[in-house]
Amino acid sequence: MSDEVLIKVDGVSKKFCRSLKKSLWYGVKDIAKEAFGLSSGHDRLRPEEFWAVNDVSFEVKRGECLGLIGRNGAGKTTLLKMLNGLIKPDKGRIEMRGRVGALIALGAGFNPILTGRENIYVNGSVLGLTKQEVGEKIEEIIDFAEIGDFIDSPVQNYSSGMQIRLGFAVASTLKPDVLILDEVLAVGDANFQSKCFQRIGKIVESAAVIFVSHYAYQIKKMCDRVILLDHGIMVEDGEAGKVLETYQNSQPLQIRESLILRGDDVREVAIENITTKVSTGEFLEFDLIISMEKKAQCAQSYLNLVDGADIVHAQVVIPDLERLIPYGHNRYHIKIGPLFLATGRYSGNFMLYGSGGKTTLAHLRHCFNFEFLGVPNLGPVYYPPSTVTPLRHQDKLSRKLLNE
Amino acid sequence: MTVNKQTHHLTVYTPESAIRHPGKLLSEMFRDLFASRELAWRLFVRDFSARYRQSFLGYLWAFLPPIVGTFTFVLLNQSGILNVGDMSLPYPAYVMIGTLLWQVFADSVSSPIKTVTAAKSMLAKINFPREAILISGMLEVLFNFIIRLVLLVAIFIYYGIVPPVTAPLALIGVFAIFCLGFMIGVLLTPLGILYTDIGQALTMVLSFWMLFTPVVYTPPTSGLLAGLTFINPVSPLIVTTREWLAVGVASNFIPAFIVFLVTLVLLFGGWLLYRLAMPILVERMGG
Repeated sequence: MSDEVLIKVDGVSKKFCRSLKKSLWYGVKDIAKEAFGLSSGHDRLRPEEFWAVNDVSFEVKRGECLGLIGRNGAGKTTLLKMLNGLIKPDKGRIEMRGRVGALIALGAGFNPILTGRENIYVNGSVLGLTKQEVGEKIEEIIDFAEIGDFIDSPVQNYSSGMQIRLGFAVASTLKPDVLILDEVLAVGDANFQSKCFQRIGKIVESAAVIFVSHYAYQIKKMCDRVILLDHGIMVEDGEAGKVLETYQNSQPLQIRESLILRGDDVREVAIENITTKVSTGEFLEFDLIISMEKKAQCAQSYLNLVDGADIVHAQVVIPDLERLIPYGHNRYHIKIGPLFLATGRYSGNFMLYGSGGKTTLAHLRHCFNFEFLGVPNLGPVYYPPSTVTPLRHQDKLSRKLLNE
Repeated sequence: MTVNKQTHHLTVYTPESAIRHPGKLLSEMFRDLFASRELAWRLFVRDFSARYRQSFLGYLWAFLPPIVGTFTFVLLNQSGILNVGDMSLPYPAYVMIGTLLWQVFADSVSSPIKTVTAAKSMLAKINFPREAILISGMLEVLFNFIIRLVLLVAIFIYYGIVPPVTAPLALIGVFAIFCLGFMIGVLLTPLGILYTDIGQALTMVLSFWMLFTPVVYTPPTSGLLAGLTFINPVSPLIVTTREWLAVGVASNFIPAFIVFLVTLVLLFGGWLLYRLAMPILVERMGG
């Protein structure tokens, strides 16, 4: 990391307007003010306006990668747009040194009727590459994008994956001094993604990078420092691991309205006595209380463990519950595990079906929450344990190798 | 080998209006104009290729509007419905030239709002010289005009009209019409991006505007139409250009010249406004 500061953001703020009609009208007034050279009023909020970015300051040096995290609507994209010169700040000052490149909108300028090859030239030109620069790199771009013979076919025939790969292949040939990454670090399948990481890694070495992502593992991998934005305010600025932890802990596992659907024959259903903290390899336990008007056969029973974004991390089939549930008050103790999830907060969706799976006896959404302590979330959902035992030399393969 | 990385192009963004530093603003404007030439060409080629690749008749479509237009008015004149007054040219030639010149004007007025609206998502996401969008539109208008010149040549040959000495000056006239249309279009663009009314009203206004321009008939000498035609800035330009091209006189030169000068000044103003307004438009236009 050199000492060259390439990005300097000082007390920057930006306001937006909630209402469209007012926003358009303010737009007219702002244009008039701009044209007449008046600069007053930027620091005040007009009716329906709010601060999308509020007093943010930081510096990024060459060779450094700064992560920018925050919930949706925290002001990250707005900040990036200001760094990119697309919109002007309402307060503060931004200094950018050198050539600025952004991997934000892949495939900008693409026209679906033109071929991939033609679109490479268009996209390259929009990104600031000269015809000569594109010409020198075109084979490399086509190769990287893995489009093959389709390169001379109209882009409207491409799948969305192909279009994105092509866009990435062109955009990643930029060699900027400042690189802005808005959630586009890698696209495509796992293979392609590792190619992307490799390329970005090379650029990062010689540029000042600012990177926005929702994936904690990407931020951890790429960034030394991270800034946490919340409603436009810079809440924390520090070492990656620490800020990410603050962010993940601040996400309330919203106890959203838990939905309970009961079949006609079910008088009451509830979950009690849940284990609130589970560690790797341990069990989640809870009591199911189900009160029946008349006995019913439970045909299927599932429990889904979901995260804050309703992504299913585990589906548990409970065959022991596929039994006749008698009339009256019933209580079952259910034990799930051993569990090998990622660290985080989870919620449970519980389903009981009757008569061959066609009727619902009970459907409980977000009926309980628990905290899991395991491996940090690296993307996937299942983290089984492993053991390694060194083998003695007397096995067949070793003997064979020794005799050769 | 040490590479001196200390001298780098510095870009500064502040809330201040760029007009406060006119020298810097001017040099940036011209720098961007120069930088946008390759991109403008590429965007033009892109739109051009895409448009005609999907059509069977292809470039022929550029010819049809003027042919249809001329034919309509010739028919109306012959059947006595339209009373066009005296003119020093065969009527079909008068109409064809008038229509071609009017088309340059109308296309130029509509071009800026059209091209900027189409490029909204690109403008909102990537920083590139904004002039490129306007220039690619200009190139399209220019190309359409050049294609239609073929029709002009055909009409001249058919009626045995020999272009007078002043014919080459007509190019300046066309340029002036082009600048006037473009100036109006660019000045309307910031407002037109925010409020869609402008773009919608434009087609309507243009067809009405043609009625009080000497495109297909000479202006009457009295009445409302005469008055409107008189104050219409397009009139002297069209009259002068047509006369230069086919007749050899310049009856309306002084007004034409004044219009041209004012146009150039306002065109620069429009360009300036476009530049200053763009970040504000990007904020509010989405895409």
